[in-house]
Amino acid sequence: MSPLKIEKGTSRHSAYDLRDPHAAPEETHTLAVVVDNEAGVLARVIGLFSGRGYNIESLTVAETDHEGHLSRITIVTKGTPAVIEQIKAQLGRLVPVHDVHDLTVEGPAVERELALFKVTGEGEKRIEALRLAEIFRANVVDSTLKSFIFEITGTPQKIDAFAELMRPLGLVEMARTGVAALSRGAR
Amino acid sequence: MKGQMSGARMVVEALKDQGVDTIFGYPGGAVLPIYDELFLQNDIRHILVRHEQGAVHAAEGYARSTGKPGVVLVTSGPGATNAVTGLTDALMDSIPIVVLSGQVPTFMIGNDAFQEADTVGITRPCTKHNWLVKDTADLSNIIHQAFHVATHGRPGPVLVDIPKDVQFASAEYTPPERARTSHYQPRVKGDIEQIRKLVALMETAERPVFYTGGGVINSGPAASQLLRELVDATGFPITSTLMGLGAYPASGKNWLGMLGMHGLYEANLAMHDCDLLIAIGARFDDRITGRVQDFSPGSTRVHIDIDPSSINKVVRTDVPIVGDVAHVLEDVLKLWKAGGRKTNREAVQRWWAQIEEWRKVDCLAYTPSEKTIKPQYALQRLQELTKDHPRRYITTEVGQHQMWAAQFLRFEEPNRWMTSGGLGTMGYGLPASIGVQIAHPDALVINVAGEASWLMNMQEMGTAVQYRLPVKQFILNNERLGMVRQWQELLHGERYSQSWSEALPDFVKLAEAFGAKGIICTDPADLDDAIREMLEYDGPVIFDCVVEKHENCFPMIPSGEPHNKMILGENASTKDAIGSSGAVLV
Ligand SMILES: Cc1cc2nc3c(=O)[nH]c(=O)nc-3n(C[C@H](O)[C@H](O)[C@H](O)COP(=O)(O)OP(=O)(O)OC[C@H]3O[C@@H](n4cnc5c(N)ncnc54)[C@H](O)[C@@H]3O)c2cc1C
Ligand SMILES: Cc1ncc(C[n+]2csc(CCOP(=O)(O)OP(=O)(O)O)c2C)c(N)n1
Repeated sequence: MSPLKIEKGTSRHSAYDLRDPHAAPEETHTLAVVVDNEAGVLARVIGLFSGRGYNIESLTVAETDHEGHLSRITIVTKGTPAVIEQIKAQLGRLVPVHDVHDLTVEGPAVERELALFKVTGEGEKRIEALRLAEIFRANVVDSTLKSFIFEITGTPQKIDAFAELMRPLGLVEMARTGVAALSRGAR
Repeated sequence: MKGQMSGARMVVEALKDQGVDTIFGYPGGAVLPIYDELFLQNDIRHILVRHEQGAVHAAEGYARSTGKPGVVLVTSGPGATNAVTGLTDALMDSIPIVVLSGQVPTFMIGNDAFQEADTVGITRPCTKHNWLVKDTADLSNIIHQAFHVATHGRPGPVLVDIPKDVQFASAEYTPPERARTSHYQPRVKGDIEQIRKLVALMETAERPVFYTGGGVINSGPAASQLLRELVDATGFPITSTLMGLGAYPASGKNWLGMLGMHGLYEANLAMHDCDLLIAIGARFDDRITGRVQDFSPGSTRVHIDIDPSSINKVVRTDVPIVGDVAHVLEDVLKLWKAGGRKTNREAVQRWWAQIEEWRKVDCLAYTPSEKTIKPQYALQRLQELTKDHPRRYITTEVGQHQMWAAQFLRFEEPNRWMTSGGLGTMGYGLPASIGVQIAHPDALVINVAGEASWLMNMQEMGTAVQYRLPVKQFILNNERLGMVRQWQELLHGERYSQSWSEALPDFVKLAEAFGAKGIICTDPADLDDAIREMLEYDGPVIFDCVVEKHENCFPMIPSGEPHNKMILGENASTKDAIGSSGAVLV
């Protein structure tokens, strides 16, 4: 039981917890959010993340149901389990949001990203770039005597790995789509 | 079938179909077609405020005191931006508000047209949802949706931005029953398995406490009724946040008083020491929890809330119950009665004995004075002289006076107490009192104010006089930004930077200038008569109650302390009570 005696305040702390209350290890989660494809819906989702200080690692969006005017937003985010739970709850209460799926916890999922790489160079480096592209199953979609554009699809990790290898071989520009993801199986 | 009509006409028809009898607004170029339509009808009363912020706060007062949504009409650009503080206030306090704003014609949007502002962009983060209407054919449907969203689930403000060409063009009207209220249907019934767990915990708890909040008021009168039944039947103690006052009557025998930063000693210690914490429509605000890791360390926590994002946001909950308070409490009572109305009576009795010990501390005690009016004394007298009024409504501004009002006024019914809790908006109280009085013409409506807050929206006195609203502005005038001054004393080494009010108006003359009655009182011996004079006057009154200038509001849970450590008046020296790192947060 608490003492009845009232102690005089001599504390050096703040009334609020200045330490991060969610100081647990961070996790990366992929969320699929089904929304009404109406004006401002993306601003709403992005505003939620920036306004509440959540991370966006990648974000893709496109209308997936033209008749129902529904779009699917795939967001890769990072946070402690408590923050991830808040993100899902906050997304869920947006009026145009129909569904929030956490593909990271809802069983196995397929994640793919598409990237385009422009690599310039001549001689040995050019040949090496082409050889590595073959190993990574990247396609050449444009070529000049001094450059290639490769198209590659895969997990973000695979694309990161390809980028690492291309850098010394003359990688000058890269465009990535961000992750698209679906859960595996018949569900 | 109402058939084809102009967009402006549609607005009025849709409001009528939504049962709206009053709107608060201010005209301008971009809403003139709607004002034309208002002019042509008599079903909806338009209250002309003096500033759009006042319109939203008035609508909040209207909404909170009736349970119905408040409706506001403003013009584009500055009309809409002036409404932003009110929208944010309503969002923080979960008040259902529908704001209709005019916008420049669709073909001029994006051109920096006269009085153009990106209203949906600006208000996106401070509304529950908003819409820009681009086609008259969608207008009535969107207005019906707006009412649906504002009032379902966790209530909140919404905004519909209506370009002027959309108001002029004609289309087919959609009645409410044919409107697409979308997929937005938040669940109201709680999970029965979770409710069963709560009942089992209630049956064995030794030190239970109900921690209730604004969600009980949001849920409606039935929720307060069920809460009263549950509390009385179980015999458990109950405390409430600032926003929930009145849901359980202050005269009820299980009432502990408000909890939190300026809450009662017994309420905060009960929260700290309880073994079962039942949160009902309350959101574990930082004014409640203090230091989160020391918050109620030994309790099992149950949280009933309609908004899943409120649960586990601040503290971990053991038994989350997502649903509407009234629906959930009905099931709780049913199951608990069916289970034989069991509680751990002996232990709960011991718990009450402990609470009685805490009560003896008499945490609201203050040093009386015969020379100056103590603010606490002024409120005690106000309570005494108004308590028998059958329909007393109180609004407040923000600051010390607000906390004293929460501590010393006693609320027996829900929807009688209107205050800005989450945003803490100075300037809320006067317009809110106007909204309340419009909704309840025969009621006694008093705004307990600080002089600094009151000045922030004092132009609304004009509205009170125009509509002959007998609102009583009870100003506890300490010539200080009292709450700021108190923090400077406790946290900033008594450096009173910019925290006093200079060049204050003569409030009696000010009242007269507005065409209201002014009363000034400086002597405690005259106070009762002066208050009676205010109450008896049939019209708006500004009451300048000149109070002690340096009174601090206690109890106060000082920086860095959990619930079981707090400063009480007189008993503790407040000087240098808090180290400088405590000054980081507000
Ligand atoms: C100067 C100042 C000092 C303050 N000091 C204190 C203090 O000492 N003590 C104090 O208590 N407050 C204090 N406050 C107020 C504080 O800032 C918060 O506004 C308040 O504590 C929040 O109250 P609440 O938890 O009841 O939540 P509200 O803001 O009322 O939120 C209601 C909760 O209920 C839920 N809800 C809504 N409708 C329903 C429904 N139908 N069914 C179920 N759930 C529903 C919502 O989702 C939400 O979680 C102070 C404010 C100011 C300006
Ligand atoms: C719009 C706004 N600006 C600033 C504040 C910060 N603030 C909180 S209380 C307060 C002083 C209020 O003074 P007064 O209205 O005289 O009330 P008192 O505390 O003296 O009772 C201030 C400036 C606020 N809450 N709202």
